[in-house]
Amino acid sequence: MDLSAYPLELPESDRPMVRFMNVTKSYGSLVVLDSLNLDIQRGEMVSVIGPSGSGKTTVLRMLMTLETINDGVIYVDGKPLTHMVRNGRLVPADEAHLRRMRASIGMCFQHFNLFPHMTALQNCMEGPVQVLGLPKAEARARAEELLAMVGMIDKKDQHPSRLSGGQQQRVAIARALAMRPRIMLFDEVTSALDPEVIGEVTQVIRKLVAEHDLTMLMVTHQMGFARDISDRICFFYKGRIEEQAAPEQFFTNPQRERTQQFLRAVKDAD
Amino acid sequence: MWEFLQTYGPRLLDGALVTCAQFILAALVACVAALAAGLGRLSSLWPVRSLSVVYIELFRGTSLLVQLYWIFFVLPLFGISLPKFEAGFLSVGLNVGAYGAEIVRGAIQAVPRGQWEAGYALSMSPAKRMRRIILPQALVLMLPPWGNLMIELLKGTALVALIAVPDLMFVAKQINGATFRSAEAFGAALVIYYLLARVLITPAMRGLERAMARRLGRA
Ligand SMILES: Nc1ncnc2c1ncn2[C@@H]1O[C@H](COP(=O)(O)OP(=O)(O)OP(=O)(O)O)[C@@H](O)[C@H]1O
Ligand SMILES: [Mg+2]
Repeated sequence: MDLSAYPLELPESDRPMVRFMNVTKSYGSLVVLDSLNLDIQRGEMVSVIGPSGSGKTTVLRMLMTLETINDGVIYVDGKPLTHMVRNGRLVPADEAHLRRMRASIGMCFQHFNLFPHMTALQNCMEGPVQVLGLPKAEARARAEELLAMVGMIDKKDQHPSRLSGGQQQRVAIARALAMRPRIMLFDEVTSALDPEVIGEVTQVIRKLVAEHDLTMLMVTHQMGFARDISDRICFFYKGRIEEQAAPEQFFTNPQRERTQQFLRAVKDAD
Repeated sequence: MWEFLQTYGPRLLDGALVTCAQFILAALVACVAALAAGLGRLSSLWPVRSLSVVYIELFRGTSLLVQLYWIFFVLPLFGISLPKFEAGFLSVGLNVGAYGAEIVRGAIQAVPRGQWEAGYALSMSPAKRMRRIILPQALVLMLPPWGNLMIELLKGTALVALIAVPDLMFVAKQINGATFRSAEAFGAALVIYYLLARVLITPAMRGLERAMARRLGRA
């Protein structure tokens, strides 16, 4: 792959928080994302929707660098994430570069993935203490503040096995925030939850949108929620962005045939 | 029977103590070897991986007795002489460690992928992820099969009698040779081995399993 066409760094004047530049991802012969171009601005909340298998999760996982990419470059805050500069050229990133760069990115998973051998508080202290090298007391104060923010402070000494799904997901959000990321990724964080506890998790995300200047990328099947809180909706179809627009425009006046079909199908399912 | 125990009880007890010592030392060797080889098999460095595979294959694929004789009789020809006591627990430990390595590897691989990914998303280094996130969970999965292996290990220590380590089996054989009271001599050994396994190892492993379950907040 020829990397000479990609800038080593994005210019000051054109520096979104995240830029996918011609990013292609395939598994064997299956092309999951086809030359994706997507910018996310500082502080923007972008919701990704689309049918199953359209590549939504893959977009998030590539940004978290959980997946390698086959072509293109991803930039975070103007600097290459998937690549690094060596001798004035872009080369694939090494482990140290990835670890440094992904420190500014946090992710919440569909199945929470809390550490079962740690209490809620310990889950939230693990990264700050082990990775950021924060003193225990400081990490604890930070963790407790975040657990209070997500309404889980009175359960801080419980292990995940003693918590409901909604409670676990709120702890998982606090755990990711404890690393003070600038970008947060949410992959269907309410899909594994019982309907009656979905609200407690969306409430936390609403709060983040209102009170923090985080840049957020969220995959969701909850159209109403996405419409309420997003700055922009991206509709994925077969590994491409079929349509993207501000929520009002997107939901009231979708332009593309596939988008209309998808929205109709979602509405029928409700 | 009573007078047999009165006469030979103290010697059988000495033998049992040697068996216990062999057991504990061999168990330590097995733990270290199993952890090293189990992690080694999953290493991304091929020399480490190959070394682990060679060790595991070699010690699982040949009999413990042959390994014992190799370590005690053949290694000295290459300039490595071990006293019989050390040769004994080392052979048994290395043999069991090779089986243990597969348990370690299996348990590590059985920890859900999401746990790796959660640690990754927190920017943890591979070593930190292994030590702080994966191993503690793998340990819980390892314990039940590891308990069985420890009982196998205890039985395996009886072979060290063949290189004249004065363990329980060795003493029982000596008494049998001197008195021809096979039933009593080997009967006593049988009961003592059984008690060691059931009264010491099994409850100890259960205790460990309960302690681990508590750490997961499940108890
Ligand atoms: N590890 C993998 N190996 C092979 N194919 C994969 C792998 N991961 C994902 N895929 C494929 O990539 C495509 C996109 O997957 P992805 O998980 O991104 O979809 P999605 O839009 O998140 O779907 P869903 O709504 O079901 O979560 C799918 O066809 C999937 O089968
Ligand atoms: Mg998905």
